Parts: sequence; C-alpha cells; structure tokens
Amino acid sequence: MTTTDIVQLLYLAASALFILGLQSLGKADTARRGVRFAELGMALAVAGTLLHHEIVSYHWIVVSIVVGSAIGTAMGLFIPMVKMPERIALSHAFGGLAVALVGIAEHHRHGSHLGATALTAVGLEVFLGALTFTGSLVAFGKLQGVVRGAPITWRAQNVLNLLGVALALGGVAYLVTAPATPYLLLAILAVGLVLGVTLVLPVGGADMPVIICLLNAYAGLAAAATGFALGNNVLIICGALDGGSGLILGLMMSRAMNRSFSNVLFGGSGAGATGADAAAAAPGGGERGAATISTVEDAAAVLEAARSVIIVPGYGMAVSQAQHAVRDLAAALAANGASVRYAIHPVAGRMPGHMNVLLAEANVPYEQLFDLDAINDDFGRTDVAIVVGANDVVNPAARTQRTSPIYGMPVLAVDKATTAICFKRSFKPGFAGIENELFTKPSTMMVLGDAKDSIAALVREVKGAAAAGHERMAA
Amino acid sequence: MSQTSIMGLYVFVLGAFVGWQVLSKVPHLLHTPLMSATNAIAGISLVGSLVAAGSDHDTLTTVLGCLAVTAATINVVGGFLITDRMLRMFKRRGPSRGTR
Repeated sequence: MTTTDIVQLLYLAASALFILGLQSLGKADTARRGVRFAELGMALAVAGTLLHHEIVSYHWIVVSIVVGSAIGTAMGLFIPMVKMPERIALSHAFGGLAVALVGIAEHHRHGSHLGATALTAVGLEVFLGALTFTGSLVAFGKLQGVVRGAPITWRAQNVLNLLGVALALGGVAYLVTAPATPYLLLAILAVGLVLGVTLVLPVGGADMPVIICLLNAYAGLAAAATGFALGNNVLIICGALDGGSGLILGLMMSRAMNRSFSNVLFGGSGAGATGADAAAAAPGGGERGAATISTVEDAAAVLEAARSVIIVPGYGMAVSQAQHAVRDLAAALAANGASVRYAIHPVAGRMPGHMNVLLAEANVPYEQLFDLDAINDDFGRTDVAIVVGANDVVNPAARTQRTSPIYGMPVLAVDKATTAICFKRSFKPGFAGIENELFTKPSTMMVLGDAKDSIAALVREVKGAAAAGHERMAA
Repeated sequence: MSQTSIMGLYVFVLGAFVGWQVLSKVPHLLHTPLMSATNAIAGISLVGSLVAAGSDHDTLTTVLGCLAVTAATINVVGGFLITDRMLRMFKRRGPSRGTR
C-alpha cells in the first residue's frame, strides 16, 4: 500500500465520520456524540493530508495552525450565545476567504498545467469564495449594527447584480481557454468581492436567516469546487454536505416567510420594497384603533388567574437579552399552577434556531419548546399568550388581509388566545413596515419598554401576589 | 472530461443526496448547532490550504496558504468548540442547579 492509498483511505474514513456525525446531530440526545464523530473525521483528514507528498516544509504550517487554533479557541469559548448569528456570519467569511486563497495559490502554482475541469473549478472557487467572504462581512456588519440593518437599495440593482454574475461566469469560461492569465483570475476575484457586497446590502435585517443560510450554501459550493480543482473527494463531499445544509435551511426559512426562493436569491429586496410602500401608503397608521397600554401590575393580575400560558419569543428578546427573565417568569407561573409552553416560529430571530439556543442557554428544557405546527392549534384554548419582542410572526394580517405584504406567511395565532400580553419597546412596526392589528385588539395588553426590565418587574409582581395569597390563606 | 472529474461528479451528486436525506431530518430545535457544525466541517478546506502552505513553491504560495490555513483552523477549532458548548445547554428536564 502506497502513502497515497493510506491518505485516500483516511479521507474515506473522514467522510464516513462526517456523515455519521451529521446524522447524530439530528437528535438532541445524540448530538454531542455527533460532534465527536465529526471532530475525529477532521483529525483523520488533517493527519492524512500532512502525509501528502507535496508538503515538504512544516514550520509555517505549524505556526498557522497554532495561530488559527488560538483565535478559534478564544472565539469558541468566549463568544456569548446572543452573538451566535454574528459568529456564524464571521465563520462563513473565514471559510470563503480560505477557499478563495487556496484557489489563487493553486492557479499560481499549476496554472498552465491545469485541465479544463480543474480550471473551471478554480475559477468558480475563487468567485464563490470571494462572494461569500465580503457577503458574510456585510451580513456581520448588519447584525452588529455597523452597517444599516434596513435594506439598502439602488436603481436596477438586480439587473446589475445579474450582469456581475454573468461577467464572472464569462470570466471563468475564458479562463479555461487562457489558463496562464493570472490577471483574469484576479478580475474574477474582484467581481466576486464586489458582488458579495451588492447582493447582501439590499437585504433587510429580518431576512437575515435566509441570507445566512444562502451564504452557508455558497461557502459549501466553493469548498466543493476546491475539491474538483484539487481532485480531492473529501473536500467534494464536505462541500456537498455544507452546501446542502445551507440550501435546505434556506428553503425552510423562505417557506416560513412565504417568499419564493428566487425572490430571496435575487437580492431578496422584495420584503424591503413592499414594506416601504406599505409604510408610505399608511402614514400615521391610518384608522387603527387605540391600543390598550397596560402596566406590569395589570399584566400580573391577568397572569395570576391564568391556567394555561404560551410564551412567544422574538428578536426583541435577543436584543434585550431577556431570556433569563423569561425563564424566571415561566417558573413563577408554573409555581402558581399554570401550564407554560413556548411557541417558536422558524424565522423568529436572525438565524435558524436562534430562539431555541437562547432559551436553552437560560436553562429552559427543550421539551417545553414547540414548533409552529405543533402548537398553533392550541392558542384558541389558551388563557394568556405572552409575546416577547415578536411582531411580524404574530401578525394576524398574514391570515386575514389579502393586500398585506406578508399575506400567506404562516404566523402564530396569538390573537386567538383569551388575552395576549405583548412586550414591546415601542410602537415601531416590524421589518416589513406593516401595522400589526394584534397590538390594537381589545383583548391585547401592551406593555411598553425594555423587555428584560418589564419582565423582571412582572416576575416580582407575580411572586409577590402569590406570597400575599398564601398569607391570606394562612390567616 | 477526464475520468477523475467524472468520479468527482459521482461523489458530489451522491454526497448531496445523502446530505439532503440526513439534514432534512434535523428538527428546528437543533438548526443553529447544525449550522455551526457544518461550518466546522466545511473547514475541511484546511486540507487544500495545508498543501499550499507546505509546498515550498514560492513566497506568494506560502503566504496565501498560511493565511488560508489560519482562517480554516479558526473555523474548525472555533466551530467544534462552540457547537459543543451550545449542545451542552440543551437539556431535557428542568433547570438543574449548580451547572451554571
């Protein structure tokens, strides 16, 4: 058996371990074991690569791995859970960067000797890697608030973006006929870098779950292209897995927003534009009824009598970091004899599964977390629905108003609960810029202000009332 | 088209099918850990960057390769660590005191 055979067998074992690992990630009980499998696979793949006959010097490799591990460990251990969307965006950027650099290095080393397939792959790899890199950086900037979160649009953006894609693909085709032209590859790189920015700028903050998934898919495709360029199967498999997961999650997210995938793919400006139109069409809110503004004390009085409660978290909970206060509230209500569950909308927050992670961080057992489909029919039989910083995912207009931009989007039927208590910073409309009639319904109590502070006060109120009740009973 | 690239296409298409089957079964609950884990796995581009960094071809290749190795290692190490940190928090039963 030659060294090459050993390397190939190690790659095969690594690929099997990756797939096994992802399969175990499908269940909460086995998920951590899945991560172990994947880690072992990665170790085997790296060990195999270090045997590669083209590697002649190791000192720079060691330095880079030490530096990368140090940064990776620091990020892995110290990034707070509320910053997960930002971390994911950054890691897509690193992935795209690595792939683009490998492509340039590969072309620089073997340029004129590469076959047509490898050249196509190198071109696509550099293009997709560059696009993922800047696109993810812009996404990161939007999540961090460095770049304006609202959609940034300009005239003919979709036409210009499509032209950019065509230009890059034309460049790749030309690269195959003229392999020994490094400037051509740099031009492809430049187009990719620009397109990454122009494709993500028009996307609004709440569309982030979809765009993060898409960037994940691009990063995966770029990795697969690297595999074709280097003739490396483990890269191709991992690229396919990563690209596939990004695509699946992206499809799920866009379905949960009732948007076609192509609508999101081509700049995803749809919601932003219609939202602006809707806001312009209804200045000052038109003929909306008066909202019932309630105090924490009012809310506590209603909750004291409640036997069944459903909590609906949204991005606002993440912003004010109210997940621990929410957990305390649930515990206080449960101590009071109420059944408490959580309803999680697929696109609540800024990435797939965002709310689940935050609530898990606050020690909420995952058995209390319910998906949209599993819980939506129960709102009609629920005493109180508590909405914490969610807006569009609970807007009844999606069910009832044909003219609404979000009509048809599956929403949580909070308005069917006997009482809805909504914690909201202000009356500012959500990402789609649409009025939410839930907030003006007579059965809705609005508690304005910072969600964390309001809920902490509510917890004190509920506990105090319960204690007073016990004293009355004792007396 | 060469034999190797045809084989590559086989691997890609079959890998995509397996991935689709496996990944579409992951519940919403675990989507963030899933994304973070596939991210770490995509750090496999490390395999390509290692060859560039260690080939001793010329300075440009080494610099590009080393930058790529650093970026990919950040993803692999950071990705696996944070995935595990997240999954440790997912508990079936109520709050167990003393673990925080």
